[in-house]
Amino acid sequence: MNNGNTAEGRLDHRIITGWVSEGATVLELGCGGGELLQMLSRQKQASVSGIDVDENYIFSCVARGLSVAHQDIDDGLSEYASGAFDFVIINQCLQELRKPHVALSEAMRVGHKVIVGFPNFAHYNARVQLALKGRAPVTPALPYQWYDTPNLHFLSIRDFVLYCRKNRLSIERSAFLHKSGLVRFWPNLLAGSALFQVSREDPALIE
Amino acid sequence: MSKTGKGIGIVGTSFLTFARPPDELVLESGEKLGPVTLAYETYGNLNGDRSNAILVFHALSGDAHAAGHHEGDDRPGWWDGMIGPGKAFDTDKYFVICSNVTGGCMGSTGPASENPRTGRPYGLDFPLITVRDMVDAQAKLVDHLGIEKLLCVAGGSMGGMQALQWAVSYPGRVRSAIPIATTARHSPQQIAFNEVGRQAIMADLNWNGGAYYGGQPPTRGLAVARMVGHITYMSDESMADKFGRRFKDNVKGAKFEPDFEVEGYLQYRGDNFVKRFDANSYLYITKALDYFDLGNGKSLENVLKGVSAKLLVVAFKSDWLYPAYQSREIVRACKLSGVDATYCELNSSYGHDAFLLETAEQGYLVRHFIANVSEGNGNGRA
Repeated sequence: MNNGNTAEGRLDHRIITGWVSEGATVLELGCGGGELLQMLSRQKQASVSGIDVDENYIFSCVARGLSVAHQDIDDGLSEYASGAFDFVIINQCLQELRKPHVALSEAMRVGHKVIVGFPNFAHYNARVQLALKGRAPVTPALPYQWYDTPNLHFLSIRDFVLYCRKNRLSIERSAFLHKSGLVRFWPNLLAGSALFQVSREDPALIE
Repeated sequence: MSKTGKGIGIVGTSFLTFARPPDELVLESGEKLGPVTLAYETYGNLNGDRSNAILVFHALSGDAHAAGHHEGDDRPGWWDGMIGPGKAFDTDKYFVICSNVTGGCMGSTGPASENPRTGRPYGLDFPLITVRDMVDAQAKLVDHLGIEKLLCVAGGSMGGMQALQWAVSYPGRVRSAIPIATTARHSPQQIAFNEVGRQAIMADLNWNGGAYYGGQPPTRGLAVARMVGHITYMSDESMADKFGRRFKDNVKGAKFEPDFEVEGYLQYRGDNFVKRFDANSYLYITKALDYFDLGNGKSLENVLKGVSAKLLVVAFKSDWLYPAYQSREIVRACKLSGVDATYCELNSSYGHDAFLLETAEQGYLVRHFIANVSEGNGNGRA
């Protein structure tokens, strides 16, 4: 899973670690090599587990002593009980899933809070390439050519906010990142990627 | 010390006899069995606080000789690629134990053993045994070795079933379990293949209702059973790689003599097997496999609820005898019951045999998993 440049990767991990409460139970979908999970385990004494589809990432997680399941998020999360986790994290892989809406719904079912991180397709750099050059954008947060990108879905920060409104998810926290720093103004224009922490507006709606 | 370089070197088999009458082992069926002898081998050294013991389990046709060489024998133990100094089950760090299962024919009490009531081999008077019975006997061995808690229990195929059964039957005595290429319950397809093997044995006139000891054993039937087994242990791809459609050398030309290489291989495997394996043991052990249902009629997640061991579940993509979905069912039940489980589905073309052959990637997972359990690493739930 792509985390953009490494400096940004570390920053998003630090922000997420700041959001996760001490001793929380955490499931990360698309956990990669387990860097974030290990950080959460060490710094927040979180009880962590992950899912990834890539065999090499599983090896890396096992070497770190993490509990990880080798499976495809797109096959669903039916083995997890509703409300089983304090936090479910989907960082930088939502755009690579075949069915992101299903994954988000499942994440909302098994987690009380869901932390989502994704590259912002409406960053001005991307807009310029599309509008002025007529090219599919290639940016630090979206570093692929159209023919080799793992990304199947392209969303902007504004798209995600509207998605939350439509699906009655309340945004509890957000952070907007560009390269190694935080973006404070016009995030949909200036941020390369975004982090949101969301929960259901009405917990009674949880099946 | 080793004549093979980096292996364990020369090893020997030990024997433990227990459950002498009137303290026989009470089997899952309610029948009693005793005395019971287990053949076992150990590799490495038990540490001072007895916390580094690993019990490994063999599959259907295996034995206690898991690693190293017996004096005068060129062939190493069946998991020699995984067990030894610096290997996945590192005998420089851990004390590894392997015993032949109850019902077996490699030194442990089975149908070929002497029935104390008659002074003759048991034959079909031997009681039906289950995977739980195998595990209960192993617990006596672990007691005898003075080990209260095992660092890990591990095995592939039937060995994986024993690992799962240990975690469920003795939750306080197992810190981690590694079931590989296995299932929590035998499927109809698995039972069907075993039944073909059993029918082949019983159709051999020499079988004689199991009373062939002292006479001609049912070697043809057992060889056919083994041939069927070998087909299920390989994959379409591994057979194509190994044999293709090549013909054997020196085909004599008689009708229906084996002329394809794959035919010759299966015959060779079958003929070799009958030299070392008892046909009645094959019947009893395959039946134990078929009876295996960890949930015992209840839902798997309920049965797993009391399990405190960490699990590493490994499956192989090309294994069609114990398909990966069966491993995923184990993992799914673990997740639902709150058991700490890690799952990896390894790419291999070897089919079911991969658990014996794919020692590099499987070994990497096993080595790191055990090291982390041993050092108490991992998440807060462990």
